[in-house]
Amino acid sequence: MKRTVRFLLAATLLLPAIITAQTQGGLDPASLLKPLADSWPTYSGDYTGRRYSALKQVDRSTVRNLTLGWTVRLNPATGIGTIVGGEGLEEYAPAGITEKGAILMVDGVIYPTAPDHVWALDARDGRQLWHYYWKTRGGTHIANRGVAIWHDYLYFETPDNYLVSLEAKTGKERWHVPIASFEEQYFSTMAPVVVGDHLIVGTGNDLDAPGFLSSYDPVTGKLQWKFYTVPMNPGDPGLETWPNLDAARHGGGFAWLPGSYDPETRLYIFGTANPTPGYTGAGRPGDNLFTCSLIAVNVDTGKMAWYFQTSVHDTHDWDSAQTPVLIDGVIDGRQRKLVSTAARNGYFFTLDRVTGEHIVTSKYGSTTNWAKGLRPSGVVEPDPAKEATIPGSLVSPVEGGVTNWPPPAYSPDTGLFYVQEHNGFNMLYLTDPDPRGSMGLAGKQPFNLGSLGDYLTAIDYKTGKVAWRHKFYGGGAGGVLTTAGGIVFSGDGSGNFAAFDARTGDPVWHTRIGNISNAPQTYVLDGRQHVLVAVGDTLYDFLIY
Amino acid sequence: MKANPTLTCLLLLATVVVFAGQRGAAPGGQRPAPTNFPAQQRPPADAAIVARGKTLYEINCRSCHGADLRGGELGGPNLLRSQVTLNDKAGELIYPVVRDGRNALAASPMPAISIPEADSNAIAEYIHSILATSQRQGGPPPGPRPVLNLLVGDAAAGKAYFDARCGSCHSATGDLRNIGERIPDPMQLQNSWLAGNAAGARGGNANPVTVTVTVMQSDGGKVEGRLGRIDDFIVVVTLPDTTSRSFRRQGNDPKVEVHDPRDAHRSLLPQYTDGDIHNVTAYLVTLK
Repeated sequence: MKRTVRFLLAATLLLPAIITAQTQGGLDPASLLKPLADSWPTYSGDYTGRRYSALKQVDRSTVRNLTLGWTVRLNPATGIGTIVGGEGLEEYAPAGITEKGAILMVDGVIYPTAPDHVWALDARDGRQLWHYYWKTRGGTHIANRGVAIWHDYLYFETPDNYLVSLEAKTGKERWHVPIASFEEQYFSTMAPVVVGDHLIVGTGNDLDAPGFLSSYDPVTGKLQWKFYTVPMNPGDPGLETWPNLDAARHGGGFAWLPGSYDPETRLYIFGTANPTPGYTGAGRPGDNLFTCSLIAVNVDTGKMAWYFQTSVHDTHDWDSAQTPVLIDGVIDGRQRKLVSTAARNGYFFTLDRVTGEHIVTSKYGSTTNWAKGLRPSGVVEPDPAKEATIPGSLVSPVEGGVTNWPPPAYSPDTGLFYVQEHNGFNMLYLTDPDPRGSMGLAGKQPFNLGSLGDYLTAIDYKTGKVAWRHKFYGGGAGGVLTTAGGIVFSGDGSGNFAAFDARTGDPVWHTRIGNISNAPQTYVLDGRQHVLVAVGDTLYDFLIY
Repeated sequence: MKANPTLTCLLLLATVVVFAGQRGAAPGGQRPAPTNFPAQQRPPADAAIVARGKTLYEINCRSCHGADLRGGELGGPNLLRSQVTLNDKAGELIYPVVRDGRNALAASPMPAISIPEADSNAIAEYIHSILATSQRQGGPPPGPRPVLNLLVGDAAAGKAYFDARCGSCHSATGDLRNIGERIPDPMQLQNSWLAGNAAGARGGNANPVTVTVTVMQSDGGKVEGRLGRIDDFIVVVTLPDTTSRSFRRQGNDPKVEVHDPRDAHRSLLPQYTDGDIHNVTAYLVTLK
């Protein structure tokens, strides 16, 4: 019954796309609805955010035969074959490259990125097909999370807030449109997400400004809708959680990582960043909706269907922007459509993704100490004593959080949610006690007291309980990938790229290529399963011959 | 003796780069990435105009918008994060607000101020000159750092805590003698003792932390030395003669024991209350 409904729904949704696809080549956006396997066509591989691949060629026993196919260093130098765009001055161009995003793989071509750079490489040997370079006007060049692909066109965001569209085959620019104000100090890193004929786009900012998510037409670059994550006008929902409209309109809540998408409800579910000013909440008493929240918006209208706040009145820069993970599971004997997130603040949440109904809150950060308890709603109640204070407060986690942008994964085979867990304490001093609060991320001075344990951690989504922790001797980063082969791929923070048994966390394979800087990915080329990962500016392709 | 502090530094650096520096920081070893926004890129205006603008600001704007432009007691909004001032190029957005007033969004309405456009533009140049000094990650212009008193703890309670919990390893008349003199800054002193930082001990950096390791081989043999590095797959031991030996690890084979003197301090971190910390610091500053 359920299956039939789903099939009909899917068929209805696919129909217009199929018609379009007859006239357009490249990646049909309808193919993003398929479970992750042969290609890697969107940021998380598919819409679920699970980073679970159905591929099984590389499994717990064959992984030992994984061998290096090729390695290549991304070359940011402009030269023959470089297509140059942008409006800025050469002198702002950064010299170094670190891959911290998704590398899409479609039709045998991979598309790695860095701030201001997109490359197309042959996935079979890493050979460069073209290189696009954006001359920036400036802005914060912290990362680029990757491109989106719609038919024959690519899309990426620039630090100076343009959405740029390229021809996938040639790298030639089609158009660029501004998506946020450079003057107001936004900077854009997100990988856009294609949903049908929508291109979902988010941005970041460190100065006190309002966060928003917007949707663009992939053909014309025209704005379809814009959803602010904080109240912008009198009467807006959530305004009662701010002292006044001016505070709300400068309240942050940026959407700087891709969300997930549920085609049955047409809900795009994403996380928002911290309220601003980040550390000094004196000028913004209240819960500060809809910062540090999971939000579901209708992808056609941009209207909010539900929200759940994972941190109320955050004062530690613990964004909740992490990509949420869609799980179809059983709670109390009932099949449910769920969404889970492991937040930067050390708490894990499972909700009903149709209604936003709260199901689970649990603490997964081993030393997390900033909360007083839970509200009946499952919302975590912060302890004001753990805000930055003049004589110092001992706070765990540190400002980067228990997790951060490196994406988690979920395996339906084990029922476990995998996340890299970082524990540490900061002594956090308030250096600007101005009753108006400071600005941006200023007004505090943290002192890092060292690591209290880094782990690959597996969480039961039904209870939020930690099933196991595998100790890392270094700080894990980059993110994780899990597969139907029963493996979790992760960096271990000690320079190893490793495969772990998804049931137990025991390592089953490793190679010392350095600390990985993005989440591992997998796909099929010529009948063979490949595993792709980056270490800084260098890509490594693995396979079994 | 040297490998471990290096490792610590690398780990700390890695932590800073990977976690603390999620935004704004450049990856290690690279030329700093551009962090300039238009407010910082704008060429400075004529100093005389800025000075005139400052005077006019003091007269016309300061009471509502504050001496530091970050908003005032009369309800004027913060001009350093205002859409009007950030988007303004040369007074063209600021003047209409000055001329006509504005009340839609402010807690208190802004009255119209009848000054010539040239005066408003001079004020705009002054505002831009302050915006240009804004710091990275949205921080306001650096002002005089307020004098803050960190010493809110009870020294007697701190001494009792110290005697009970720290006294088995440390002594107020031994390793911590004169610690309040050697580290006169209370914040630095507090951070040092919390971290178990040897820099604060007698002799300063001459006594860095040494992590040691024991590898127990299956034949009953033991190899001991300084820890070079360890992960799931290898352990490297630096021997007293400075040569090193490495051992492949597979699960618990060979058995490895790591002894890190910082563990004692780290294991206390989840146990302290902020009150304990402030009390101990208040006590340690008296050791002069």
